[in-house]
Amino acid sequence: MAATTAPDGRAGHQVGRSLHRLEAREKVSGRAEYTHLMQLPGMLHAKIFRSTVAHGRIKSIDVSGAREVPGVYAVYTSEDVLKVIPDPYYGPAFHDQPILAVGKVHYIGEPVAVVLAADPHVAEHATQQIVAEYHELPAVFDEVEAAQNKTLVHEELRPAGTFADLKHLKGRRGTNIALDFRLRRGDVDKAFAAAAQVFEHTFRTQKVLHLALEPYASIADFRDDGVTIYSAAQGPSFVRTEIARLLRWPENRVRIKVPYLGGGYGGKLYIKMEALATAMSMLAHRPVKVALTMEEQFYTITKHPATLRIKSGIDKDGRIIARKCEVWWNGGAYADIGPRVTQKSGFTASGPYDIDNVAIDSYALYTNLTPAGALRGFGIPQLVWAYESHTDMIARALKRDPLEFRKQNLLRNGRPQATGTILKDAAIEKVLDRIADRLNWKQPVDHGTGTVRRGRGLAVALKAVISPTTSVAIVNISGDGSTTLYCGTVDMGQGSDTAMAQIVGEVLDMPAESVRIVPRDTDVTPYDMGTLGSRSLFHMGHAVRLAAEEARSKVAALRRELGEPDGSNAPLAELFLKKYGMQAGNIVGTGTYKPDYIPPDASGLTTNATPFWMVAGSGVEIEVDTETGHVRVTRLINVADVGKPINPKIVETQLSGASLMQLGFSMFEKMHIDGGQITNASLADYKIPGMHDVPRVMENETVDAIQENGPFGAKGVGELATFGVSPAIANAIDDAVGVRLTELPLTPEAVFRALRAKANKPLGRE
Amino acid sequence: MSGGARTINLTLNGRPVSAEVKPHHNVVEMLQTQFGLFGARESCGQGLCGCCTVLVDGQPVSGCLCLAVFLDGADVVTIEHLSETGKLDPVQQAFVECGAFQCGYCTPGFVLMTKALLRQNPDPDDEQIRDYLAGNLCRCAAYPEIINAVRMAARETKAGSTG
Repeated sequence: MAATTAPDGRAGHQVGRSLHRLEAREKVSGRAEYTHLMQLPGMLHAKIFRSTVAHGRIKSIDVSGAREVPGVYAVYTSEDVLKVIPDPYYGPAFHDQPILAVGKVHYIGEPVAVVLAADPHVAEHATQQIVAEYHELPAVFDEVEAAQNKTLVHEELRPAGTFADLKHLKGRRGTNIALDFRLRRGDVDKAFAAAAQVFEHTFRTQKVLHLALEPYASIADFRDDGVTIYSAAQGPSFVRTEIARLLRWPENRVRIKVPYLGGGYGGKLYIKMEALATAMSMLAHRPVKVALTMEEQFYTITKHPATLRIKSGIDKDGRIIARKCEVWWNGGAYADIGPRVTQKSGFTASGPYDIDNVAIDSYALYTNLTPAGALRGFGIPQLVWAYESHTDMIARALKRDPLEFRKQNLLRNGRPQATGTILKDAAIEKVLDRIADRLNWKQPVDHGTGTVRRGRGLAVALKAVISPTTSVAIVNISGDGSTTLYCGTVDMGQGSDTAMAQIVGEVLDMPAESVRIVPRDTDVTPYDMGTLGSRSLFHMGHAVRLAAEEARSKVAALRRELGEPDGSNAPLAELFLKKYGMQAGNIVGTGTYKPDYIPPDASGLTTNATPFWMVAGSGVEIEVDTETGHVRVTRLINVADVGKPINPKIVETQLSGASLMQLGFSMFEKMHIDGGQITNASLADYKIPGMHDVPRVMENETVDAIQENGPFGAKGVGELATFGVSPAIANAIDDAVGVRLTELPLTPEAVFRALRAKANKPLGRE
Repeated sequence: MSGGARTINLTLNGRPVSAEVKPHHNVVEMLQTQFGLFGARESCGQGLCGCCTVLVDGQPVSGCLCLAVFLDGADVVTIEHLSETGKLDPVQQAFVECGAFQCGYCTPGFVLMTKALLRQNPDPDDEQIRDYLAGNLCRCAAYPEIINAVRMAARETKAGSTG
């Protein structure tokens, strides 16, 4: 197939092509650039000395031993940082996280001091010579316990000015609750009183982490007139704004350069190593690289563990008439984006169901653990775990078919969602039907009779995209007609560069392969809110489309100016030549996109919660070994509504990859924590999915759909296939062996204990 | 750090080279700091993820666990060697065709392991592919596409050698 030919054979049509990733060659030949591998002349390596207590006042830090190590350039603590950055606290929602611990430490692993040396081995060795003494304070680790405010993590809340709805929390004392999102729709109490049956269940999820194979890394090169930061960052514009704020500089003196990312998954958002690297470079007057080890990632950012209590009232016809959801999010020691996770996921905590009476309370809590942030779903996978397990449990209790019970209660386009926003372009029923068809749901399951039992399960979910957010793009056509795109979306493996090039190519009628994407550099690439929450293809996709359309209009104007006849398709290079007398000049198109959004009122209601709804679900077939509790997922089906895919092949790999990542979170991944200390902080002790964990049969499908307001009918995909995996498996376990697990992960031990309990032969606790 | 540097001689990507290494330097560090080769990269630091894979005398080795001094006299091949002529190796081409990567950080390791697999077993079945690549991790979980790529590379390699 010729590179410029679309599947339908027409030249120039770029949307809908399963084009290979543009950077494929660089990646398979080991030449793609990553921050963790970068080196600057004169660069020093930073190694971090970390807290060994979960909560305590710092009595003393003795760095003299470290300073004496030959080859050490400098050793710094917050005392030094405060001299160059007087208010060294950062964060997207709260300015609560210090560059190095100031006065107190709030979790085990918190950075306390830094050693700089030209040789990283020297720096590492010297950190071991640092001695810190703490006055230990009571610590709190559990989110529900934290909500009682008996042990306080922070004395005072420090909301950032970024979000208007957090401002009222400024200066609040005596609480661990960083945000309390509340939604009230209809009259829940009355509906529960009127219900024929009421069901209530509590679910829990565990602490897991992104574990990108490229660990967090930033290099700062601070000069008096500006700072350049090379960083593995998903949101270069945010990093620039936040570093400028810390330095009290205008943004144009801060330059963020982002090469490819060796995985991100939400971890590399906001500030990670950038502020520390900047402070160290300011103090040392040398470029400083902060590149973490795999172990240190466990002390940087994780997913939110959560406790979720969900209660539903069912009328005599089997309709869900009331649902109450309470969610406690374990945010760890610093808020990061937790308050956003709490609020935005709160919008859809009651699930993809048409329920007139809904009450949602969602709490972001501080605890003395590694901070939690966004991980491929912004809280949605935790919520789906609860509501799709709960929905299945109700169906089984009512002796209803779980599919039919869902279909009876499903939210349909044109009906108000829990926030009151009318559902539009959300193919929930189609997605559910396709999963059921593929599972051959109408045929009964052969559960087996021996020690291995079989079962199947499904789950479907709805998400509102993070809103409102802005993206800006620039398309630049050069004198020879070649075209360059400047956009801040970071390609961390999701294939965004390729999709954006396809959009440019579609508008300007040129092969996507010929479009050059400028590597992210805030000196030249314009603003983008961040590569997160499956927002880029929609928001940046529109900005890129608008920029390309503006360039196209300018080309048309130039053709008219030059007296080209109507319908002339003289090559761009000829137009420039005619206009400037030589290969010269540019045509620049810009595009800015920000969708409409209405913030929720005091009851959590809004008529416009999101510019688009994300819909996806999963179905599984499993085998349970009743003698060991081992569960094998033999078939994994992911179905999603992505609107009209821009690049179907990349969409499929995104669905597949997301579902396998969630399979790890469902089946075995867990950070084990003992008194605040993570006891399995390495790949030797924390297992992630490998080749042998991939189900033998995997099917990924996008339903025939169109997102009316999307760029070329498309919408986001990155997170989608994480949503339904965990509850689909738990539902299948129930189907296979009649036990119900309400806590992740679904380990052989948990299944075996449940089997023994069901047989009235419970195992004792260890 | 303790211990003086030592000079080692090895064949690196087909060329004789020498390197000054200290006793604690691993292969990844040597390749990056002395030869500017960044295709082998340290991730887990425990020999569990395969991102640092290099071929030593034809055998895949975890470059993060192997000390550089052990390479004295060895024949070392890194990912960069495979496309040195400017043309992708059939395994690399298969990874492109099958979309067998996302972020690309682990990809050089998978490509070199596939090279080693196909040298040992030119026609592996899916189970053999899974077994052989079980020591390489991909957090983006492009595993199904990687299996497809290995199958394609096996076909192409066979076709190339017979045709």
